[in-house]
Amino acid sequence: MKPMLVLVSVDSNSVLLGAKHFVNYLKDLIGKYGLQDTVDVLETGTMGVYTQGVVMAIFPDDVYYSVRSTEDVEKIVTEHLLKGRSVLSLEIPKDRLKLVVEKEKVSAETRIVLRNVGSIDPRSIDEYIARDGYFALHKVLSEMRPQQVLECVKASGLRGRGGAGFPTGLKWEFTAKVQADQKYVVCNADEGEPGTFKDRLIMEGDPHSVIEAMTICGYAVGATKGYIYIRGEYYGSVDNIQKAIKDAYEYGFLGKDIMGSGFDFDLTVRLGAGAYICGEETALLESIEGKSGRPRLKPPYPPTNGLFGKPTVINNVETFANIPQIILNGPEWFKSFGTAGSPGTKVYSLVGNVVRRGIVEVPMGTTVRDLIYRFGGGLVGGKDLYMVQTGGTAGTFIGIDKLDAPLDYDSFKNYGVSIGSGVILAMSDEVCPVDVALNTMQFFAHESCGKCTPCREGTRLAVQILERMSKGQGKLEDLETLKQIAYVTQEASLCGLGQSINVPLLSIVENFRNDFIEHLKASSCPHGVCEFIKIQKSKVKT
Amino acid sequence: MVDREKVHALVREAKSESLEEKDILINTLHKVQDYFGNYIPVEAAEIVAEELVVPKSKVYEVLTFYTMFSTKPRGKYVIRVCVNLPCHVTGGREIVQTLKELLGVQFGETTKDGLFTLETTSCLGLCGVAPVIMINDQYYGDLTPKKVKELIENLRSGGDAR
Repeated sequence: MKPMLVLVSVDSNSVLLGAKHFVNYLKDLIGKYGLQDTVDVLETGTMGVYTQGVVMAIFPDDVYYSVRSTEDVEKIVTEHLLKGRSVLSLEIPKDRLKLVVEKEKVSAETRIVLRNVGSIDPRSIDEYIARDGYFALHKVLSEMRPQQVLECVKASGLRGRGGAGFPTGLKWEFTAKVQADQKYVVCNADEGEPGTFKDRLIMEGDPHSVIEAMTICGYAVGATKGYIYIRGEYYGSVDNIQKAIKDAYEYGFLGKDIMGSGFDFDLTVRLGAGAYICGEETALLESIEGKSGRPRLKPPYPPTNGLFGKPTVINNVETFANIPQIILNGPEWFKSFGTAGSPGTKVYSLVGNVVRRGIVEVPMGTTVRDLIYRFGGGLVGGKDLYMVQTGGTAGTFIGIDKLDAPLDYDSFKNYGVSIGSGVILAMSDEVCPVDVALNTMQFFAHESCGKCTPCREGTRLAVQILERMSKGQGKLEDLETLKQIAYVTQEASLCGLGQSINVPLLSIVENFRNDFIEHLKASSCPHGVCEFIKIQKSKVKT
Repeated sequence: MVDREKVHALVREAKSESLEEKDILINTLHKVQDYFGNYIPVEAAEIVAEELVVPKSKVYEVLTFYTMFSTKPRGKYVIRVCVNLPCHVTGGREIVQTLKELLGVQFGETTKDGLFTLETTSCLGLCGVAPVIMINDQYYGDLTPKKVKELIENLRSGGDAR
């Protein structure tokens, strides 16, 4: 090992800020100055933040830099690496680096899901093993019976991180109890909820944790085959997961007779092809089966009748990433984080008009205010916060009166603030609620698969009404119609997509009712966003 | 003319990755589309249907259901613009306008010179650097109308999609 180490974030977001280019430049300079025996350069996953540039960390000095240009790289090499002087102008103060903030507050152990992301080379199975990787799998296969694994996951209180929050242990148990000649484990990595990019960064930064967890799940429920269904657009995730699967096979952690236990498990990747609906679990199964991703009528549910009609466990990437740590540290340890009803941590995607966009892992029960101001650094340009969308596009729109709601799987019931997939989309007063509602409903209209009428027609109708409103041609009764659409699509739709449209639609119409009414009365958009088009009088008469 | 041998080879390659008999259609179509650039010719789709023993109608249904697949040739550069809320509120509206003006096409259309096809996409999971677009398989983030203009001009003058 060389005395100094430079860690560089090269996750997909950082690459767009020039990360690959900077790494190559850094390596060139290290060669040029003859530092190749002193300094190691390692590419790792995300360190959480983006708006300040690509993050480079220098160890053992524990100094973090944000790099925006090759000149910055040059400064770091000539000043820090050669002369041992920190480059103050590029340094990120510790308290502004979100992940470090969290370490200081509740110790490093709160990073359960992201414990390796931004610390290891995700393409090296050895580095994962060096961080106790595959220890949980070994423990399960050598010391535990499947029933004990189920008990452990159940006792941890882990709930599905895809958004619905269904107890994971229970789901596994349903599948375990069914007798079948074949069962499956499926990882839902079809991350499509707008604003969510945690799964992408977990797969890019720590792919083995998902593979290890799926194998453990297979053992617990009696499944011998697994699929990871990844969005077709997620090239970086696909690459890293495929490399990880290949390495796991080589090390005997996948395939026949894993670790000499007699347990077999095969794992493969399937790609999505651009359909949000495939994030719905039964649509996803249809897609793996080579069909259009149209949801199935439920019940029966996947734990008993899933892929190819066989019992199937489907969990989200983040849910799986929790499993190895739960097995190693026990359910009581896991329950020491978060809230009573929702133990553990949650990975949030902070997006929109916040200063520091990125992901952060904090205990369940953290408030929206803390996420936006403490971790997100407030709003860009010191603007005022006007509205927040929590939980993704199928989540809730809230005003600043609800910022102190602690987020967990009960916060929707208790405060009307949903946690969903963990999106916190902060918006300044330069956005218009009518325009935001229109954009949201356009999304659903586009992604509705068209199988059931309430969803297909409800979303289309909502778009028409909101389009009219955004042009300044709305009527007061439109608000009631929108609410009616929300109720009907929720009650009558086939799957989770249509059934959840009421959440964003009702929350924005109700929490921002005054904005809608002002918009109806005004002669131009009060927020200066929508373009009003006057109806010509002759047309009105006809 | 479609190279039948090549398509057969692609299907065989996909088949080698299957765990179950019917689990490979979409991955196969990805491979075929990647080979032909950005669309799947009818003849190639027919070969896939024969090889995987599924009705042609079903292959067609799948092809047209998923937005990443196309049955028609698209422009040399397929530009996919994220139109979801996280991009929309961080300057995405202006990016959409700029692209439509620069290219003179609406979403779903290809420029007359066959160079660009403009499409929308749902969230690409790069919201840390929104607003974001994709050109073929490359992503571009932290965009401004000025950057978009430079990108398009660069491609028009024969530059590479980085």
